[in-house]
Amino acid sequence: MRRLVLAASLLIAAAAPAPAASEADFKTAYAAAEAAENEAGSLRNQWITTETTLKAARKQADAGDFDAATATAKEAEALAKASIFQATSEKDRWKDAEIH
Amino acid sequence: MRFVLAPVLAPVLALISAALAAGVIAQAAPAADKPDPAADAKAFRNYFVTKFPSVKLEDFVNGPYSMNEDMRKQWVEKEEFPPYDFALDAGKEMFAKPFKNGKTYADCFENGGIGVRQNFPYFDAQKGEVVTLELAINRCREANGEAPLSYVKDDMASLTAYMAYTSRGKPFDIKIPDDPRALAAYENGKRYFYTRRGQLNFSCASCHVQSPGQRLRAEILAPALGILNAMPIYRSEWAGMGTISRRFITCNSQTRAVPEEAQSEDYRDLEYYLSYVSNGLPISGPGARP
Repeated sequence: MRRLVLAASLLIAAAAPAPAASEADFKTAYAAAEAAENEAGSLRNQWITTETTLKAARKQADAGDFDAATATAKEAEALAKASIFQATSEKDRWKDAEIH
Repeated sequence: MRFVLAPVLAPVLALISAALAAGVIAQAAPAADKPDPAADAKAFRNYFVTKFPSVKLEDFVNGPYSMNEDMRKQWVEKEEFPPYDFALDAGKEMFAKPFKNGKTYADCFENGGIGVRQNFPYFDAQKGEVVTLELAINRCREANGEAPLSYVKDDMASLTAYMAYTSRGKPFDIKIPDDPRALAAYENGKRYFYTRRGQLNFSCASCHVQSPGQRLRAEILAPALGILNAMPIYRSEWAGMGTISRRFITCNSQTRAVPEEAQSEDYRDLEYYLSYVSNGLPISGPGARP
């Protein structure tokens, strides 16, 4: 019985719609993405994909769709962080590919 | 006996060990820290010659045409009426046309700018930087009161096409002086060449060292050896001429990396590195590519 209640609770939780994102949520997500992209820029390793994703997030926010805009901003942040990881890991790793 | 010799030998052995260690360090330290462009160039050339034993050394400058027989046939036919001819004519005219002050490009270059392409880029010890032909052309213009040209195409491509044409057949002769700043620029160019970037996680070497001769969609990838000897190029994909700057920017964009500004320090150093490792191979520019 307890298992049944637990399973039912989980199902209800999964099916329940996530609370709608507000403009403030978007601004927080966008600021985090922008900060990561700026850091990638300081490493001279920005990705075009990050730039276009940031632009898409702004466009969605301008249209008032803060759910989509927040999700897109988070995606941009993940892309920017990946480019930072790439720049950091390539700092010395490029030497492994060198012809000797 | 062992007890008699030991006190005598111990300091001697210690001295020998110390001397050997010092010698090893003295020899190893510079090799580890200081770039060795000559050794790099030798290894670079050997890699391609070994990978493509049927390609003649001087043929590497023909990029994809040295890798694929069908493409080569098309190219040979195309060269009967080269698509870059219009740029050569325009470049020759621009090169001779005086600036408003009466001077010309010839006044800015050694030998009047004729047959000098193979010496670019060079390291300017006074300014402490790499100077490419494109940069030298714009500096010449600015020194004579003219506005700089766009680095990527049109007039700049025409001018460099004409200057390259006057150097056709002359081997690249890039010099790296024994100056820590020049060696640092060379090393930075090498770093840029081998560093992966962009969302696709490609380096220049991913395509032009690890995969020359292979197809990337409809294109045959060119080998890095001699890759700048044919610049500038007419690209069918661009439907026009493009400079080395344009090529670097396009390569970066194709890997989904935000490109640097044309003639950035990284791009100039990259050109320095790539040109140096192709020393001895003939200038073949301007070229035509798919």
